Amino acid sequence: MSYAFDMEQIQDIEDILTKELVESGVHSVLLIDMAGNIVATLDNGQCKHDVYSLAALAAGNFGAVSSMAKIVGEDEFSLLFHKGESENIHFSKVNAEFLLITLFGADVTLGFLRLKVAEAIKQLLSVMDDSEID
Amino acid sequence: MAFINLKNKLVQAKIVFYGPGRCGKTTNLEYIFKKYQSRIQSDMVSIKTHGDRTLFFDFLPFDMGKIKGYDVKIQLYTVPGQIKYNATRKLVLKGVDGVVFVADSMEVRRKKNILSLKNLQDNLSEYNKNIFKIPLVLQYNKRDLGKDGVIPLLPLKTMERDLNGKLKVPAFQASALSGKNVIPTLKQIIAKTMISLKEGLK
Ligand SMILES: Nc1nc2c(ncn2[C@@H]2O[C@H](COP(=O)(O)OP(=O)(O)OP(=O)(O)O)[C@@H](O)[C@H]2O)c(=O)[nH]1
Ligand SMILES: [Mg+2]
Repeated sequence: MSYAFDMEQIQDIEDILTKELVESGVHSVLLIDMAGNIVATLDNGQCKHDVYSLAALAAGNFGAVSSMAKIVGEDEFSLLFHKGESENIHFSKVNAEFLLITLFGADVTLGFLRLKVAEAIKQLLSVMDDSEID
Repeated sequence: MAFINLKNKLVQAKIVFYGPGRCGKTTNLEYIFKKYQSRIQSDMVSIKTHGDRTLFFDFLPFDMGKIKGYDVKIQLYTVPGQIKYNATRKLVLKGVDGVVFVADSMEVRRKKNILSLKNLQDNLSEYNKNIFKIPLVLQYNKRDLGKDGVIPLLPLKTMERDLNGKLKVPAFQASALSGKNVIPTLKQIIAKTMISLKEGLK
């Protein structure tokens, strides 16, 4: 079993992530699936992160937090955010299958980032709706 | 579920090493990492306890090169084998495309192998996957321990009957510690996984 995004979809996804997030000052953004596969990854040109490891860990971390939520009777914890000295990481669920991970610095506020992420997700959903699954 | 990026002609698939605690799953990945360092651009990620038991998973991204014009990236994972870690074990199986079941050849581990295989079947079915349909390879590990006769090993016939009687999938006698048959096991599961994906590659 596999699923695919065609050239146009990937292009649209990359455009959305660039316009809404990279151009808003985030360092790096990854769209991944819950299995840890990377659908798209973009950055400001100055990031040298190991994105494959990051994706695997993010998917695992998100899965673990979701399972914890269920144990304590929550559907989902809405805010997943880790704060560092110079790099912050924000996780946001796109839908049941996809996760958006954003890395950003002190020059971007969390409130602004959440706004931008919400806008990006809205647009992503309309692009991803017609992916093929076989 | 593998992801096919038709723009960049890239395929990503997930292969999970499963099996009871201490059977040698992490040792398999360590050997692959050592052997294929040139194809692996990153470090192996291991979330483990102080005693080197896997707590969540090991992760190794592995470049296969081109297949049918697509760059194939295989994501290798291990699960934690200890019974108490079933919640995280199940998370690692999410979206799995192929499984290597590593069995421990030590006689004392016979029951653990059988229980772990049953646990794999149960956890797969929670994701609506069928153990009889998913690409699967067995590995009878630690065969090297049989050499000096100090540690009693399960006869191969017994392991075949216990684990592969119904599945009838390829099985390898291996020693993850020395590396014997680690790469053939890997090649076989990648081949099976790619065959199951090839319809998606146009
Ligand atoms: N003699 C021998 N020892 C092995 C072999 N494979 C693994 N071991 C040893 O068995 C022990 C456990 O190996 P691991 O690879 O950590 O086992 P694991 O399956 O990852 O265990 P968990 O993480 O707890 O699920 C280690 O001490 C290994 O060196 C083998 O083929 N032969
Ligand atoms: Mg391990």
